[in-house]
Amino acid sequence: MKLTLKIWRQKNAKNKGKIVEYPIDGISPDMSFLEMLDVLNQKLITAGEDPVAFDHDCREGICGSCSLYINGEAHGPDRRVTTCQLHMRKFKDGDTIFIEPFRANSFPVIKDLIVDRSAFDRIQHAGGFISVNTSGNTQDGNAIPISKHAADEAMDAATCIGCGACVATCKNSSAMLFVGAKVSQYALLPQGQVEATDRVQNMVAQMDLEGFGNCTNTGACEVECPKGISLENIARMNRELIKANLKG
Amino acid sequence: MSGFLKSSIGRKIAMALSAFFLMFFILQHFAINILSVFNPDAFNEVSHFMGTNPLVQFVLQPILIFGVVFHFVMGFVLEFKNRASRSVSYAVNNGSANSTWMSRNMIYSGGFILIFLVIHFIDFWIPELNVKYFVGDTSGLLADGSDYRYFEELQHKFVPLWRVTLYCIGFIFLALHLLHGFNSAFQSVGGNNKYTKSLNNIGKAYAVLIPLGFIVIALFHFFNNSH
Repeated sequence: MKLTLKIWRQKNAKNKGKIVEYPIDGISPDMSFLEMLDVLNQKLITAGEDPVAFDHDCREGICGSCSLYINGEAHGPDRRVTTCQLHMRKFKDGDTIFIEPFRANSFPVIKDLIVDRSAFDRIQHAGGFISVNTSGNTQDGNAIPISKHAADEAMDAATCIGCGACVATCKNSSAMLFVGAKVSQYALLPQGQVEATDRVQNMVAQMDLEGFGNCTNTGACEVECPKGISLENIARMNRELIKANLKG
Repeated sequence: MSGFLKSSIGRKIAMALSAFFLMFFILQHFAINILSVFNPDAFNEVSHFMGTNPLVQFVLQPILIFGVVFHFVMGFVLEFKNRASRSVSYAVNNGSANSTWMSRNMIYSGGFILIFLVIHFIDFWIPELNVKYFVGDTSGLLADGSDYRYFEELQHKFVPLWRVTLYCIGFIFLALHLLHGFNSAFQSVGGNNKYTKSLNNIGKAYAVLIPLGFIVIALFHFFNNSH
C-alpha cells in the first residue's frame, strides 16, 4: 500500500506543533497501524531524522497506552478496537491519513503524538479504589453473594482501560465516561458501598479540578470507546452523586 | 447545595431539571394554542384565565421566566467552559461518525430559539403586560366589549408572512433541539435503564409532533384569515 501520512509533530510541550506530510510505500494491509508507524520511524531513523513519538505498550488492546486521533476519530475508523488492534486493511491504497494526538487541555502534548494522561491517575487516586485489610484475615470475595446481573455490569465497567478516547472524542473534552465507569465498577458491588459517598464526590471534584469539560450526552464517547463502555455508567455516576449529596 | 451546583454534574442535572420544566410548559402552551384551531371560544376562556389568574401570573409566570433565563444562561456558561477545555482543535474531526448533528449543535439550535423567544416576547408578552399592568385593563375584552380579545389578537399576529415564516423556522429549531434534549435530560438525571429505548421513541415523537403542531396552528391562521 502507498499512503500519505499527515502527522502532528511537536518537539516538546512548550513548542508549537504542526502537521508534517510523510509519503510512505510498501505497507502491508496485514500490518497493524502501529507497525505501519514503526516502518515510518525506521525510515526516519535511517535518514537521520527524529522518529515520530507515540505511546504504545502491550499491543494487544488491553493496556490503554496507545492513543492517536486518526482521520478524525479516536483509535481510527474501526469500532471496539484500540489503535494497536487497528489494521491497515481498514484503509485503501493511496489514502491520506491524518494522525493527531488526543486533544484536550487536560491532556497536554508531551511530544508529537504522546499526551500526558496523568489527570486520569489523579482522578483514580481521589477515590477509584476500595480499602481492604490485607493483614491475612481478608474475606474471600467469592464468599460475598453478588447477583449475576450486578457482577456482569461491574465487569463491563471495569473493562475501561483508561485510554482517554472518550475525552479525545467528546466535543467538550469531558471525562465523564471514564469517571462513570470507574465509579460504577465499585458502586455495583458490595465491596464498594462503604466508601461510595466519598468516592463519587471526590472523583467528580478531581475531574472538575483537572479542567475536563462538561458532558452534553452526545454519546460520541460510547461509540468510540474501544471497550464499549456504555453511557449507562454516566447515568449511574449522576445517580450516585445525587445520592451522595442527599446523604450530605 | 451551592457546591453541588458548582460541580459539572450538578450543573448538568440543573440543566435537565429546567429542561423538564420547559418541556412541560411547551406541552401546556400547545394544548391551549391548539384550541384556537378547534374552538376559539374555549381558547378565549382559557387565555383569559391564564392571563388573569393570580397564581398563574404571580407564581407560575416568574418561575417560568426564571426557568427560561436559567436554561439559556447555564447553556451558554457550559458551552464557553466546554470550548475552553480544548484550545487546540483537531485538523480533522469526523463528528458525524459517532454522534448526531442535533447533539453537537445544541448551542446553535438553542441560540435560534432564543432569538425566536425575544421576538415572541415582543409580539405577545410585552403588549400583554402593557395592557394589563400599565393601561390597567384586565377585562380581556375587545375595544367594543363584544368579546374577548385573545383570539382576534392571535389571528392578527399571523397575518404577515414574515412572522409566520419566522415562527415556522423557530419551531423547526425547537424540534432539532428537542430531538437531542428530551432524552439527554433523562440521561442527565440518571435515567438510563430498561425503559430508555421506549423513552427515546416517546422523546422523538414529542420533539417532532409538538413543534409540528405549533407550525400547523400558525399556518392555519395564516391561510384562514389573510388569504
